[in-house]
Amino acid sequence: MAVPSNLEPLRRFFRRHPRLTRSLELAVLPFEASSKKLAFGCKMCGQCILHETGMTCPMGCPKTLRNGPCGGVRMDGHCEVVPGMMCVWVKAERRSRWLPWRGAILRVQPALDWSLKGSSAWLNVMIGGRQKESP
Amino acid sequence: MNRPGPFPRFEDVLRSGMPIVTCEIASGDGADPQDIVRRARLVRDHVDAVNVPDNTAGVVHMSALAAAAILAREGIDPILHVTCRDRNRLALQSDLLGASALGIRNVLCLTGDHLIHGDQPNAKPVFDLDSMQLLGLAAALRRGRYLSGREIEPAPDLFPGATENPFAPPYDFRPLRLMKKAEAGARFIQTQITYNVARFAAFMERVRDLGLDKRVPILAGVAPLRSAPAGRFLRDRVPGMEVTDAVLRRMEQAGPERARSEEEGIRICVEIVEQLREVKGLAGFHLMPIRWEEAVAEIAARARLKPARLSLAAPVAAVARSETAADGGVPGLDGSALHRSREHRA
Repeated sequence: MAVPSNLEPLRRFFRRHPRLTRSLELAVLPFEASSKKLAFGCKMCGQCILHETGMTCPMGCPKTLRNGPCGGVRMDGHCEVVPGMMCVWVKAERRSRWLPWRGAILRVQPALDWSLKGSSAWLNVMIGGRQKESP
Repeated sequence: MNRPGPFPRFEDVLRSGMPIVTCEIASGDGADPQDIVRRARLVRDHVDAVNVPDNTAGVVHMSALAAAAILAREGIDPILHVTCRDRNRLALQSDLLGASALGIRNVLCLTGDHLIHGDQPNAKPVFDLDSMQLLGLAAALRRGRYLSGREIEPAPDLFPGATENPFAPPYDFRPLRLMKKAEAGARFIQTQITYNVARFAAFMERVRDLGLDKRVPILAGVAPLRSAPAGRFLRDRVPGMEVTDAVLRRMEQAGPERARSEEEGIRICVEIVEQLREVKGLAGFHLMPIRWEEAVAEIAARARLKPARLSLAAPVAAVARSETAADGGVPGLDGSALHRSREHRA
């Protein structure tokens, strides 16, 4: 995730105080989880890429695809697995056109780090370095 | 017809710039290896590589890796389908390594059909990675590293490919997704079955605008329908498959009699191949006969589809031969495929 480099002092602080960070996470989590769930149907993967996927949570996809739609999207744009649901990537592609940074949808997203599931994505961004390198 | 010799590496055939033919055969449904061998022998003389699907539509079949190994033993160059549906990243890494050890280089990296449409819909779907990340994984292994960063000695010799479906929404995003796949490491592309040639042509126009046809060879998927009910099944029950009304009408007009409807199915397939030849930027065709391998010989003969490897008898002479072929010697695609492949990234 693109994060300004001036966060570095803050990151060092968080890394130096893991227990304080953990307490902060516990305080932030209920608020983050409920607000993001309400607004985006957040699944708390802990590594938010909403801004790069047209403000549409890709984790709502039954295949949890973070790099674009699968080949099974129905002719009406609905999901192959849940016929009543619009494909999240049909929505993501449409919405991304309105964003000033619409090119972000073309970035190849790395594999999900499942060890971060359920943690606070906000804090993970601020702490940095919790995400390991993957393909 | 003289029997073609052993299969050269699919990568070398692609690089020759000649029009390519690949074909998918049905997976084995029992423990008898002869079933796979029989299907493969029906198509082997007409193709450059044979695709081995991985639990198609989420229905359990024999392991694709085992089936591909059987084909490799037969001297056929298999394209192994690897899906993310049934395996997490550990299993995918060990399978890719194992494939390379068994002499299987070509791996088609797919997300995979969801198992909800399969025969055991209550299983746990995995989808730890997606097709894009699987391509990245194959590239990482090729470079001699596991995902952990640990070194692989020797590194597997893999040639990763990918698919694209121009017939599923969001249509505008499909060429961009192909671009993403090329960036992630796809070295060849096979598309979903084409019945709507107009939509395919529109897709390819955008692909050419993006310069993708010069970066990665694209094989257009084609398949014969066997009957009108089969066509309706594909349209209604296989998500992401577009069977046009015009095609269905022709199949219905052919009537329920088997010989007539099969003849019409083959005729439509050959016509679609002819129409696709007009579309610039294609590197060849990918046949998907859907458990009807017997039709491949007939389609290949009528559509004048010839495997490129036949022109590669002497690998050293390959480049010189494709020069002469550009003058109009090859009964295949137009010259665009030739120009494209010579520029094709190594």
